[in-house]
Amino acid sequence: MANTAIAAPEHGAWTARLKDVGFWAEWAALVGLIVLVIVFQALNPTFLSAGNIASMLVAAAILIILSVGQTFVIATAGIDLSIASTMTLGAVAFGQVYSMGMGLALSCLAAIVASGLVGVLNGVIVARGKITDFIVTLGTLSAASGLALILSDGKPVTIIDATLLGLSTGGLGIFGWSFVIAAVVAVLAHVLLFHTRFGTHLLATGGAAESATAMGISTQRVKIAVYTISGVLAGLGAILLVARIGAAEPAANTAFLLNSVAAVVLGGVSLFGGRGSIIGPVIGALLLIALVNGLTLLGVSQFYQPLAVGIVVVLAALLTRFQR
Amino acid sequence: MTNTLLECRNVSLSFGNVRALADVSLSLRQGEITALVGDNGAGKSTLVRCVSGIHRPDNGHIIFDGEETDFHSPDEARKAGIETVHQNLALVEDLTVWQNLFLNRELVRGFGPIAFLDRRAMQARAREMVSTLAVNVPAVKSRVRRLSGGQRQAVAICRAAGFSSRLVIMDEPTAALGVQETARVEELILRLRDEGHTVLLISHNFAQVMKLSDHVWVMRAGRCVGGRRTSETSGEEIVSLVTGAVSQ
Repeated sequence: MANTAIAAPEHGAWTARLKDVGFWAEWAALVGLIVLVIVFQALNPTFLSAGNIASMLVAAAILIILSVGQTFVIATAGIDLSIASTMTLGAVAFGQVYSMGMGLALSCLAAIVASGLVGVLNGVIVARGKITDFIVTLGTLSAASGLALILSDGKPVTIIDATLLGLSTGGLGIFGWSFVIAAVVAVLAHVLLFHTRFGTHLLATGGAAESATAMGISTQRVKIAVYTISGVLAGLGAILLVARIGAAEPAANTAFLLNSVAAVVLGGVSLFGGRGSIIGPVIGALLLIALVNGLTLLGVSQFYQPLAVGIVVVLAALLTRFQR
Repeated sequence: MTNTLLECRNVSLSFGNVRALADVSLSLRQGEITALVGDNGAGKSTLVRCVSGIHRPDNGHIIFDGEETDFHSPDEARKAGIETVHQNLALVEDLTVWQNLFLNRELVRGFGPIAFLDRRAMQARAREMVSTLAVNVPAVKSRVRRLSGGQRQAVAICRAAGFSSRLVIMDEPTAALGVQETARVEELILRLRDEGHTVLLISHNFAQVMKLSDHVWVMRAGRCVGGRRTSETSGEEIVSLVTGAVSQ
């Protein structure tokens, strides 16, 4: 490390900051979001109408929640590939319990517990079995979606429930309830990550597991905890998903997996672990939703949307190389 | 006669067929700098890892401050007052200086099970800890990634010296440093002793050992082959003990 001068560069002039690639890398998602909003608004004035903003925020809710879960895992240098199929399993568990006539509360509990258990399983295998996260969660990705198909016998369960309908359609002004829930999750996650001992230990585990162990931190417990958080949040996402589509489907939801990882990368969280934020991935999720929404408004064929998402994510990943 | 702070009695440890430590017996006096020298693979680091709770010896006793210890984790050793500056420093590069200083010792404010980090108190305390350093002082809010080698070493030593530790173990603290930084870290080690800490210094640098230490223990092939008061020995004698040209 040749960098010995570390006086206090934080108060540099704005012009100097704007020339610094690191600054742009740090705020890639926000800059990208602003650029997208300006471009789409210029091309189609309905983009920033209250109705469209409201629908974008609601559409972003599930992705925000999953991205928060994914952030916790990625900050420990892991990855949860099973997050979307865990959500599917949660949705199916919801549907099964609901169709047995056990009521909404128990159905929600079933979704959280089923997804949470997958998370615990991921965590225990990764931490105690010392197997690469990638392989473990690839396995549970397949296992959870298989289990969802078995439990539901491949059939969707239609759910008609006034409370759930209210959850997906009502809200505070332009903020739909599902977005409000996502925002609360994000705030709690931020507090957990930056204002508790657990959060510091999590970042230490991701940044330098050996050092964390030498300081007496149980990296195994941290790993189990982050996968459990990821699973529980997938369960919460499952409830919102059921509310949104009015049915519990054993569908694959692959796009949610890819987009959750994409949002985390866009949000400037290092895939090598140890550094990250919650606000970054939240903005990343909003950016992805805005991108798809804007392209749809402009009448661009749906086929182009995955291409656009892919390009944006790779560009963001390139930018993060310049992070300090 | 000064008190003995740490004593190892017949400590042995094997990894599979490899006998890393064989009946090692040595002692450290309170308030002194004791050096531990030996060739690569002589078992110095392994012994230190036993004392600091990373390994558990197969046989033998480790007596710290008059009480037999049986540490199951580094955390227990830290709680007993044994701090280790590992060769790799055990710093987390992406965390700030103050976060590293308080890693797993975080100050919290809270009510019941909910406790929040007291960031301000930790930063203030970290500033105090760091300001005593002889090395050019790093800003406590900067990430460790941006510090120089000497500054990192200083932060690691600072962490070990804080928190009312009784024994500070240093595993080759100057191995990766330049001449100037080495001199500063050596000053820091002497300061630790002057402040009343007992120091166990592992070093390859005989000049440094002769300069800093009060007592020297020599290890060879997993055994402790001798100990000398530094004032009563010479660099040549230590070298011959290390290489095995002289025994006892």
